[in-house]
Amino acid sequence: MAEPGLSIRLHQSGPIPLNVAFTCAPGEVLGLVGPSGAGKTTALRAIAGLYRPRAGHIAVGDEVWFDSDARRFLPPHRRRVGLVFQEHALFPHLSALDNVATALLEIPRAERRDRAASLLARVHLEGLETRKPAQLSGGQRQRVAIARALAREPHVLLLDEPFSAVDRRTRVHLYEEIVALRQGLSIPMLLVTHDVDEVSRLADRLCVLDQGEARATGTPAEVLADPAARALLLGDPPA
Amino acid sequence: MDWEAFRLSLVLAAWTVGLLLPLGLVLARWIAFHRFRGRGVLEALIMAPLVLPPTVLGFYLLSAMGANASLGKAWSAMFGHPLAFSFEGLVAASVLINLPFAVQPMQRAFEALPPDVREAAWVSGLSPWRTFWRIEAPLAWPGVLSAFALTFTHTLGEFGVVLMVGGSIPGETRTIALAIYDRVQAFDTHGAGLMSALLLAFSIGAIAIATAASGRVGRRHG
Repeated sequence: MAEPGLSIRLHQSGPIPLNVAFTCAPGEVLGLVGPSGAGKTTALRAIAGLYRPRAGHIAVGDEVWFDSDARRFLPPHRRRVGLVFQEHALFPHLSALDNVATALLEIPRAERRDRAASLLARVHLEGLETRKPAQLSGGQRQRVAIARALAREPHVLLLDEPFSAVDRRTRVHLYEEIVALRQGLSIPMLLVTHDVDEVSRLADRLCVLDQGEARATGTPAEVLADPAARALLLGDPPA
Repeated sequence: MDWEAFRLSLVLAAWTVGLLLPLGLVLARWIAFHRFRGRGVLEALIMAPLVLPPTVLGFYLLSAMGANASLGKAWSAMFGHPLAFSFEGLVAASVLINLPFAVQPMQRAFEALPPDVREAAWVSGLSPWRTFWRIEAPLAWPGVLSAFALTFTHTLGEFGVVLMVGGSIPGETRTIALAIYDRVQAFDTHGAGLMSALLLAFSIGAIAIATAASGRVGRRHG
């Protein structure tokens, strides 16, 4: 019987070194932290199917998305995954509503718009449905991106530094938004960030990556009590 | 005014655009989205007609289409007439010499798409085919429009290769550009002037469309 939630194991020595293994339970937020070039985004892209590692295994519950031994690699559009990109990556020619509706092509056309509108309402964007991305603020764009990522009822939600492109005030609002959203979601959620404050607020557990290796895993309090992990994350000299 | 030559030029341009646009689109998209060995060589080959003298290109095409060349032989065996100095030969030459005019604008338009927008489409459940129709094509269409305008007008105005490969046979391979040359040779300045004005109007119109379209690409991604 497969473990519920996400389990991932990746191994490769190059071109981007990766040697990580972790799990994330349904409803849990796992923060992937570490310095630039640690392999955080690569691990996230591997889960989404946007990057094919040399070896490893990625499964969500019973579904195997990647298994190098069995030569199985599911393309991204066949993985039920929600991904919020660093720079929102909205479709520039489509309205906010159509951006969300594009992720709902599997459901009948008649239901699509209603469902997209209710997702936008869930992230407090009522009244802005017809606006194009260029007519929205940074925070609003990121909310549309979150609504789009949730539209497919993903089995895993991936957040790749989702707050890096917005100002501090908007960021605090978005934190509240994410905290509220996760109450209703019973899927594994991965948050990639280099901001320790941010991840301590939002994540249940942290996984510290450095040069493609998982150096420490635990609750934010546990990880931040580890001098070596602190040195990596905050630049404090190890005791 | 040689309406027969003008009609022939329009038919040639329509055939060129009809064949080259789908072919150029596939090629442009492939080059824009893939990194592969020999990419630079392929791009140089596509751009070659821009810098090569038309006579050089015409010479090679004529050699390939000749009765002793394998392409020429195969064509004659299949269709019962030679490819050189025929309308079909003209279309084949026109497709080749217009490659840069079709591929370049479309390649630039595809390259202007942010990579994460395509990736966002995939993770939203869109297959590569659906991503093309719903995301890539609507964002890159000004590039396709530019390619259409440039290919169409360049075909109308092409002279050297058309003369070498087609031989200016009235009703068969004499295009408007060749007709203008003939009129000048015959001291018919009025006829040459009329046809030149028509070509000039077409060219300016096409450049205006291409400029407006590329401005649109910039604004969409701004």
